[in-house]
Amino acid sequence: MADQPGLNVRMEQVGQAVVVTPEGEIAYTEATQFRQWMRKAHDASPERIVVDLTGIEYMNTPGVATLVEALQSAKKNKYRLVLAGMNTNVRSVFEVARLNTVFEIVQTREDALA
Amino acid sequence: MNESERREAMRRGPLHGPDLTLNMRSDPRFLTGARGLIASVAEKIGLSSTSCAQVALAIDEALCNVIRHGYKKRSDAPIWVMVWVLADEGVGAGLRIVIEDEAEQVDPSKIRGRDLADVRPGGLGVHIIREVMDVAEYEMRSPVGMRLTLVKYDRPSPGVEPAAVGA
Repeated sequence: MADQPGLNVRMEQVGQAVVVTPEGEIAYTEATQFRQWMRKAHDASPERIVVDLTGIEYMNTPGVATLVEALQSAKKNKYRLVLAGMNTNVRSVFEVARLNTVFEIVQTREDALA
Repeated sequence: MNESERREAMRRGPLHGPDLTLNMRSDPRFLTGARGLIASVAEKIGLSSTSCAQVALAIDEALCNVIRHGYKKRSDAPIWVMVWVLADEGVGAGLRIVIEDEAEQVDPSKIRGRDLADVRPGGLGVHIIREVMDVAEYEMRSPVGMRLTLVKYDRPSPGVEPAAVGA
């Protein structure tokens, strides 16, 4: 999966969880690549997907839409999707869209894996 | 001046030409640069970091919508972004931003964000733009295309009485 210039993504298995760690920004041009990574995480049949957003400086609605798709997939297939490490700006996008109560959002990757 | 007159004055903006004009193509690769430019202007005129981030987000969402929905992902069509720095009239620093395109015209009354209770991908951009800006108004541009006027003041817009802040 070729990375867009603005986004690098790592994925690792931690026990029964898959941790997806994007770094950079997830906006219009990066959302397609990020969606491919989320699908790859889904295909690993995990009990939980953790998206560690600590390294994401900026996200707009194409990025949020990708996570909403992932959440729908998680609910349908009965696994957890946990978002961790949002900075203030990213969190505010979720709050304005009133998605902060829809997603499971925690402070750190460790919290997400606990 | 009553509230509706104040909002109309904010929408119309200053009589002089824009302080800054960005003439860009509808190529998504330019979105980061456009967003960064406007955020940088917002910072320089003294908007708070929260307001700068909100203005940048609104511009980004608006330009994404023009490219995706207006131009159907064409990357060679024109977009103009014009910026006016608003005078401090006791309401803090402000920016007026007008985005124009030559995309398919849409009835402005049909441009609205989706119901937030309906959790699904898409349809969030317009809602976010309206939520974070003091003014966000779409209109048809003559003879073709659309125009979006955005206004952001650092403090509540002039129509909001100081006593109401934080209430």
